Amino acid sequence: MTPLPLPDAEAQCLQLADAIRPCLGRSPALVGIHSGGAWIAERLRQLLGIDEPIGLIDVSFYRDDFSEKGLHPQVRPTEIPFGVDGRHLILVDDVLYTGRTTRAALNELFDYGRPASVELAVLADRGERELPVAPTYCPWTLTLAPGESLVLARGDDGRLSWRLEHA
Amino acid sequence: MNRIEIRNGRLIDPLNNIDRPASLFIAEGRIASIGSAPEGFAAERIIDASGAVVCPGFIDLGARLNSIEAELAAAVAGGVTSVVVPPDTDPPLDEPELADRLVHRAADIGRARVLPLGALTLGLKGERLAELGGLARAGCVAFSQANRPVVDTESLMRALEYAATFGYAVWLQPQDHWLARNGIAHAGEVASRLGLAGIPVSAETIAIATLVQLARDTGVRLHLTRLSSGAGARLLEVARSEGVAVTGDVSIHHLHLTENDIGYFDSQARFDPPLRSQSDRQALSDAAARGVLAICSDHTPVGADDKLLPFGEAKPGATGLELLLPLTLKWATEAGVSLPKALARITADPAAILGSDRGQLAVGAVADVCVFDPEANWRLLPEALRSKGKNTPFLGYELQGRVTACLIGGRQVCSGSPVESSK
Amino acid sequence: MHNPQLNAHGELTHLLSIEGLPREVVTHILDTAQSFMEVSQRDVKKVPLLRGKSVFNLFFENSTRTRTTFEIAAKRLSADVINLDIGRSSTAKGETLLDTIDNLCAMHANLFVVRHSASGAPYLIAEHLARVGRDDIHVVNAGDGRHAHPTQGLLDMYTIRHYKQEFTNLRVAIVGDILHSRVARSDIHALTTLGVPEVRAIGPQTLLPGHLDRMGVHVFHDLAEGLKDCDVVIMLRLQNERMNGALLPSAGEYFRLYGLTPDKLALAKPDAIVMHPGPMNRGVEIHSVVADGPQAVILPQVTFGIAVRMAVMSIVAGN
Repeated sequence: MTPLPLPDAEAQCLQLADAIRPCLGRSPALVGIHSGGAWIAERLRQLLGIDEPIGLIDVSFYRDDFSEKGLHPQVRPTEIPFGVDGRHLILVDDVLYTGRTTRAALNELFDYGRPASVELAVLADRGERELPVAPTYCPWTLTLAPGESLVLARGDDGRLSWRLEHA
Repeated sequence: MNRIEIRNGRLIDPLNNIDRPASLFIAEGRIASIGSAPEGFAAERIIDASGAVVCPGFIDLGARLNSIEAELAAAVAGGVTSVVVPPDTDPPLDEPELADRLVHRAADIGRARVLPLGALTLGLKGERLAELGGLARAGCVAFSQANRPVVDTESLMRALEYAATFGYAVWLQPQDHWLARNGIAHAGEVASRLGLAGIPVSAETIAIATLVQLARDTGVRLHLTRLSSGAGARLLEVARSEGVAVTGDVSIHHLHLTENDIGYFDSQARFDPPLRSQSDRQALSDAAARGVLAICSDHTPVGADDKLLPFGEAKPGATGLELLLPLTLKWATEAGVSLPKALARITADPAAILGSDRGQLAVGAVADVCVFDPEANWRLLPEALRSKGKNTPFLGYELQGRVTACLIGGRQVCSGSPVESSK
Repeated sequence: MHNPQLNAHGELTHLLSIEGLPREVVTHILDTAQSFMEVSQRDVKKVPLLRGKSVFNLFFENSTRTRTTFEIAAKRLSADVINLDIGRSSTAKGETLLDTIDNLCAMHANLFVVRHSASGAPYLIAEHLARVGRDDIHVVNAGDGRHAHPTQGLLDMYTIRHYKQEFTNLRVAIVGDILHSRVARSDIHALTTLGVPEVRAIGPQTLLPGHLDRMGVHVFHDLAEGLKDCDVVIMLRLQNERMNGALLPSAGEYFRLYGLTPDKLALAKPDAIVMHPGPMNRGVEIHSVVADGPQAVILPQVTFGIAVRMAVMSIVAGN
């Protein structure tokens, strides 16, 4: 069952940064998935003291539900300001669920080049996987009731926080 | 079936100023008496016209009969007892034998009467005169170019002179060939927006001015068909007030529809002449209300394939014989015109234009009679029409006014029953 | 009257004309196009959105340029593209437009890109598809007669937004044969929909349709006067058949009166941009110095055109 109250997302970012810090030796590049993953990636960049700008990915063009849902109403541009070939990448998202978003992001990344490796960092893993995807770094595992979803929000002051939504 | 009594109806005979509840008595194909039966009259058949209007059969000044049997059946289903047919048949009605055949075929079919317009020129090409005398003897009531131009004004003048010599009337659609030749819609706001080549009002007014002047000079009896603009109607009225022997008519569709009905390129709204602006429609309606213009259906059956084309490629025209009554009634209500006056536009006025003594119910007149229920509602669906032409911008509309009986020369040719689906 | 471009949920299912589209729909297309611009800058210029879908280019009127950009756009969406150049010979064989459509539907088409010389042809197709229950097939109008060229209108708006950012403070002039131009009509509708306060049409009376004021346009017959303080100048191509006729005496006289020369352009704002849907007639509607000059954005228009067409196809195909 979901623990109430919800954990502090900012504290979880600190945990995530601590987990990643030992692996900075091979100069991984951070790629955040719009929009929650992008916020977390930016926070990680600050916490880990990385100079290089983060990459931003919008997976709208790679989703597998185009035939049912059509084009997502809000598409943001993907921006990868570094070469992907031979780089170690850390893909960052807020919630890992079925794994389809991760698959779409991987497909998109591989259209940019051939990375040396890709690791997955998420703030929350809510299970119910539909594809064989597993996070490399994840501070929080939980289960949700049917109809519930977990949403990351960013306040006007830039602070990240969790919110629970019901269908 | 010789002696017929039509009882309990509201008898309206616009020409003779009759509008009262009265029975009508018919014998030997003519009106025997009005109100009370003649001496010794024994009706062989009684038509109960309770709640219905009894009036002269309608005279339609323009209807194309592509498939003659179906269209003449459609005519009487619509209460139309006489149909003026333009000469743009295939082949054109430019030889006496063709006119003769048409008249005889119609007589054999025994429904609405056919009054053909003979071609003014051979092949309707606007060059050489057709044999007007021969055509007249074969039954042509006047001469026309349908909607084809006579481009050469000198040829036109000579043709009108020739016709005037023998007292033949000439019916022409006023449209300047050059100004209209590339256009497919009224040169107004809608055409500008939709990128459709426009036909300006001046195409009609310039042609009317030319024709009126030639009528003045030659003395020919001129009838202008299918006016489409307010300016055109005004020119006609001025000419008449100056004593020129000119008359005019308007299609019932132009009293209801405008360029806006083109909507998203609806080819059902493609007409020749085109549907014009709201103010043109209003002016035409006023002219018809005042009796300056008679009303006709301009019935033009067009197959579905010829309408399922881009607007500019579709054939113009709409089905009209079975819609003349309900659309005239609708117009009368909207324009505030009384029922007798409205009916005059499709009975007495067309008769006057034709110089005919039809279109009335006086004692001794030929018994071409229409009985209709002015309140009957019906839905305009393809199955409801006897005409082969199902092309209409009014498809799906609820219409009011339905013929319950129609007689030609005292013989009932239509009972107003719904169309049989098996035929 | 129900707009045949929108489905029951108010989503864009065909693109037939810019007229009647809500501002949000137009803006959404431009925003989506921005994302597709990025795709065109990658090495792998493809996204899998329309993978497995078939796009049929039905060009009843020839145009290599437009057809090629649609083909590139569709292929960048991973669609299969089939090009059908249906010249006059095919229609002379008697097959009607709708018969052709029915045959293609039977070949599992998902999207028709249609160019036709008759205004309204794409509407006929869209209505027919609705009537035969194929609302899974979408129509994109690539130009119908004089009526509309909506993807050109949209890419023109994208271009303006790229250089000017805002629409609500612009003066835009369209110069040339607007009477016969579907591009002009689409531009006019797009500009007014996006809130451009001053839209001007400049040309001789023979080349301007009537009732332009009803479409929200100010008419000028004098080029110098019309260009004053304009932020955007859209030059239209003058087709050969218009010259030497009753509409215009000659290309020479047209160029003297309405050709965009450097000194005429100087009357517009100093940072005004010059656009042209192409192909240009140098020395007829536009002076070479201007066409090749710093204010002309004619080549970028082409790049934007691919992204805009990718956006249009992905949006309609998904609804």
